[in-house]
Amino acid sequence: MDIYLPIAGLSVNVLVIVGLGGLVGLLTGMVGVGGGFLTTPILIFYGIPPAVAVASATTQITGTSISGVLAHRRRRGVDVQMGAVIIAGGIAGSIVGGFIFRLLQQSGQIDTVISILYVLLLGSIGLMMAKESATALDMIRPSARKAERPARRHNPLIAALPMRWRFYRSGLYISPLAPLGLGFISGLLTVLLGIGGGFIMVPAMIYLLGMSAQVVVGTSLLQILFVTAATTLVHATTTRSVDIVLAVLLLLGSVVGAQYGAWLAQKMKPELLRMILAIVVLGVAFRMALQLGWRPEEIYTVQML
Amino acid sequence: MRRLRAFLLALAAPALLAQAEPRLVPDVSDRNVEIHYSFSGAELLLFGAIIYPDGRLPEAGTDVAVVLKGPLEPIVVREKQKVAGIWMNVGRVRFRSAPSFYAVASSRPLAQLIDERTAAIYELGLESLQLSPGGGARAEVLRRFEHGLLDLRLRNQLYAEYPRGVEISEGVLYRARILIPARVPVGTYTAETFLIRDGRVIAGAAREIRIEKLGFEGFVAEAAERWAFAYGVTAVAVSLLLGWGASAAFRRRYG
Repeated sequence: MDIYLPIAGLSVNVLVIVGLGGLVGLLTGMVGVGGGFLTTPILIFYGIPPAVAVASATTQITGTSISGVLAHRRRRGVDVQMGAVIIAGGIAGSIVGGFIFRLLQQSGQIDTVISILYVLLLGSIGLMMAKESATALDMIRPSARKAERPARRHNPLIAALPMRWRFYRSGLYISPLAPLGLGFISGLLTVLLGIGGGFIMVPAMIYLLGMSAQVVVGTSLLQILFVTAATTLVHATTTRSVDIVLAVLLLLGSVVGAQYGAWLAQKMKPELLRMILAIVVLGVAFRMALQLGWRPEEIYTVQML
Repeated sequence: MRRLRAFLLALAAPALLAQAEPRLVPDVSDRNVEIHYSFSGAELLLFGAIIYPDGRLPEAGTDVAVVLKGPLEPIVVREKQKVAGIWMNVGRVRFRSAPSFYAVASSRPLAQLIDERTAAIYELGLESLQLSPGGGARAEVLRRFEHGLLDLRLRNQLYAEYPRGVEISEGVLYRARILIPARVPVGTYTAETFLIRDGRVIAGAAREIRIEKLGFEGFVAEAAERWAFAYGVTAVAVSLLLGWGASAAFRRRYG
C-alpha cells in the first residue's frame, strides 16, 4: 500500500512507515526516550530527504511527548518554572538553528553535517549506555576510580554563574543562565537533528544542574513538547520541509507502540532494556559512519534554486 | 532568445512554405495530468496526423520526433568527493535553465535524422539541451557536471530518450508513449512535434499540458508553500491531538 508524501515528493509504503513509528514507539515506552534519534536516521536510510526526515520527526515527537507530560503533570513531576527557563533557551536555540540549517542547505553541506553529528552523538551515548548497563548486569566490573569519587551536588562552573534564582520544585538555587544555555543547545540539536534531546537533557539536568530526580523526566518532556512544537514552526517557515502526512503516519505507529512498550517494560529487567537500546544506538551510529565513508550511490546531486 | 526564435520559425514553417510542405496536427491523451496520493507514474500518449498538401501521397523517409519538456528552472549541481575519509559535496556548478522534465521520442535514432547543429537549434536530444551554465568553470569541468546531471535525471526517469519511440502508420498517423514518473515537478509542460526529412525540420507544432498536484496532496503541498505558518501550527495541532487522543484511549482500556 503506497502513499504519496507531498513534501518529500515520493511514494512510500504505508506499512513500513507506520511500522517504523511503532518500533520507535515501543522503544519509547520501554526505555522512556523520545526516539527521534532513531526515527531520523532510519527515514534517511529509507530514502527520505534528510531535511524532510529531520523536520517531520520533530513534529512526531511533539505528539509522543504530550501524553508523557500529562502523566507526569498528574504526579506533580513537572517543574514549570525550570521548564519555562529551559524552553525560553530552547526556542532561541531553534530559531538560531533554523538560520544555520538554511545556511548549510544553501552551501550543500547539511547532509554531511547531520551525519557527522549523528555519528558523534550516537556513538558516544551508545558507548556510555553499553558500559553502564554492562556494569549493572555484572558483565564488567565498575572502574574503581569512579566509585571512590565523592558525589558533588553542584558543578563548580554552574555555581560560579551570576544572578541566582530559587527553583523550589527542583530544589535548586542557581543562576537561570545555566538552564537557559542548556535549553539553547537542545533547541539547536532539535532543529539540526530532529531529536527531542531528552537523552542529553536528562543526564545534563541530573549531573550538571543537580535537579531532584522526581521532576527531571517530566520537566524534560515539557521542554521537549514546547521546543519541538517551536521547531516545527521554524522548519515550516524557513526550510519548508515539514511533511504532515509523514508525521501523522509515524505518529499512528508510535503512539500505539509506546503503550505496548510501557507494558513490556514491566516484564523485563531495566538494565537489559538499556543494553538493548545501547546496541540499537551503536548500530545506527555504525551505519551512519559507514554511509559517510562509503562511496555514495550518487556523486552528483541537484538542488533547485 | 535564439531558442525562442528557432521555435517560432519552426511553428511558422508550414505557413511560410505554403502548400509545398506537409502540416502536423498533434494531440495528447491528457491535457491535464493530476498527481494523486498513490501516483506512481502515468503514461502520456502523444499522437497526431501529418497532412500532406493536395492529398499527395506521403513520401518515404519522413520522420517524426516528439519532445515533452517541463518548466525550465535554475539549479545547482553538486559533486561529491572524498575529503579526509568522508564523502562530501565539494564542487558546484549553476545551470540557469535546466528543464525539470525532458523526454524525446523519435521514429529513428536522432543521430540518423539530423546533424548536431540542427539538434542544437531545436534542442532535440539530451546532448543538445541548452542548460546555460553559470560562468567561471572550465569547459571540461562543465561537461563533467552536465554529464552528471543528465545521468542522474536519466536514472530518475526525469530525462528520457526513446530512439524508436514514435510509430508512424500509413505514413500519416504517428503516436508516441512517454512515461511520466511520480516525482515530476508540477507546471506547464510543452509537447512539441517535429517533422523531419533529409536532415531538415520541415514542420513543427506544439501543445501545452498542465501537470498538477490535485486532491489532498496537492492541497498540502500548496498550503506548505503559501501559508507556511498556519501549516506549521496545523502540523503541531494534529500531532498533539493524535498523541493526546491515543493515550486517553489506551488509559480507558487498561485503566
